[in-house]
Amino acid sequence: MRLTCPVCGDRDRREFTYLGHETYLHRPPAGAPAEAWDAYLHLRDNPAGLTRELWHHGSGCGAWLLVERDTVTHDILSVRLAREDTA
Amino acid sequence: MRFSALEIIKQGLIGNTGWRPHWRSPQPKSEYDILIIGGGGHGLATAYYLAREHGLSNIAVLEKGYLGGGNVGRNTTIVRANYGMPGNSEFYSHSLKLWEGLEQELNYNAMMSQRGIYNLFHSDGQRDAYARRGNTMITQGDDAELLDRDAVRKRLPYLDHDNARFPVLGALYHGRGGTARHDAVAWGFARSADQRGVDLIQTCEVTGIDIDKGRVTGVQTTRGAIRAKTVGIVVAGRSSQVAAMAGLRLPIESHILQAFVTEGLKPCIDTVVTFGMGHFYISQSDKGGLVFGGDLDFYASYAARGNLPMAEHVMEAGMALMPMIGQARVLRSWGGIMDMTPDGSPIIDKTPIEGLYLNAGWCYGGFKAVPGSGYSFAHLLATGTHHAPAARFRLDRFARGDVIDEEATGSQHNLH
Ligand SMILES: Cc1cc2nc3c(=O)[nH]c(=O)nc-3n(C[C@H](O)[C@H](O)[C@H](O)COP(=O)(O)OP(=O)(O)OC[C@H]3O[C@@H](n4cnc5c(N)ncnc54)[C@H](O)[C@@H]3O)c2cc1C
Ligand SMILES: [Zn+2]
Repeated sequence: MRLTCPVCGDRDRREFTYLGHETYLHRPPAGAPAEAWDAYLHLRDNPAGLTRELWHHGSGCGAWLLVERDTVTHDILSVRLAREDTA
Repeated sequence: MRFSALEIIKQGLIGNTGWRPHWRSPQPKSEYDILIIGGGGHGLATAYYLAREHGLSNIAVLEKGYLGGGNVGRNTTIVRANYGMPGNSEFYSHSLKLWEGLEQELNYNAMMSQRGIYNLFHSDGQRDAYARRGNTMITQGDDAELLDRDAVRKRLPYLDHDNARFPVLGALYHGRGGTARHDAVAWGFARSADQRGVDLIQTCEVTGIDIDKGRVTGVQTTRGAIRAKTVGIVVAGRSSQVAAMAGLRLPIESHILQAFVTEGLKPCIDTVVTFGMGHFYISQSDKGGLVFGGDLDFYASYAARGNLPMAEHVMEAGMALMPMIGQARVLRSWGGIMDMTPDGSPIIDKTPIEGLYLNAGWCYGGFKAVPGSGYSFAHLLATGTHHAPAARFRLDRFARGDVIDEEATGSQHNLH
């Protein structure tokens, strides 16, 4: 598996660390009810197929990446900077 | 037919023509009292204990592929009771006790071998942590022994004891731990469940769960609709998909775990060894292959195959620990789909839908749990109450903040 970092280009999977589903981009506001935190931290759609998730380019530019990936074939469909999505 | 030495002799005299299939292949009926979705180790054990402990037999196990074709036939077969957290400790202790009587009970050779497990440590901090764990195990009623450097050197002479970075300082030894033949465990439970009247229905994929006014009424399958008022979901890595058929969203992310086996070798490793630095563990199968593995691949996956970086990491860790295996050729590697929970511990519970029960989240440690999980899940299905050793494996524990985080790595699915 290889990821094409928008900053660094095509790199080996070893340079990246997986955090989890893009759910992690949608942190509940302070004071949100417990159910919101439960959904944020624990509950997942866990799709067999297309998913969107966060990877960190730790051995490269250090950017957080939003990766569109197929969990069945391991195909990478797109890699973008996560900050563009949260802005 | 009862298996025995006498039966083998008898069959030998008649040219082995009298052996019969180990279970029937019935057509599904239109209704059962209880349906078990998933014919892996946990599903088959659940059906068996429902019949044996609770006298129920109007039960079907629905398996989309063949019995034992999932993770129960893909794991590295290690059985142990060396957990430390309340919740896990009593559960795995109970499960190991069931393992110890299992072959006689099932009249099936599961090749259960209590060959012992060495958890090596390489620093003072690790020694302290293992000493504490050992005390917890002893308090639970299980066995543990803290071995010093010399004792480990004598018992496992083939390790790289004086490795400059990771010297072996000692080990926590769990003598009742060991390995079992994974397929035979599934087959043994299947045969005994079948003998007690349970219908084992293969190539029958559940495609929908029928719910009426908050109560489960049956399932849709590739072999037609089947009605039941009690349904248990026991599908390991596919838990999220099957639960979604009932509108449930689970605290689970599926991940890949790889394992490796070498060509058959003369007996050289007569126990189970785990490396304390870098994730690596190894045993030798009765056929002679070295069976070993390491960590998850760390990203969500349903591919049932892994990637090269983890394969490389596992080989490197193995070479750092026991360079002697470097001459062995790797024969095969494979992966299985693990239902990872945010605390690394499983779920045996009711769901918000009446009559629908969930057994899931075994992560990469569910083989040793097979008898205990089946026993406790059967208790829950039959009585509607939680069985004491599994009473903390609740679905709502995450929302309540009452997690069982054995490895203290926090609430991230891939970190356990
Ligand atoms: C490489 C590897 C090494 C491991 N090593 C160990 C170890 O050393 N010790 C240990 O304790 N554990 C280990 N495990 C974990 C252990 O194998 C699993 O936790 C355990 O087998 C899961 O439970 P099961 O046996 O019921 O799963 P499975 O055998 O996977 O059973 C689930 C069944 O459900 C069926 N199913 C899924 N969806 C449907 C549907 N819609 N309809 C009908 N049927 C369906 C599947 O086909 C499958 O047969 C390891 C796992 C792997 C992959
Ligand atoms: Zn980069």
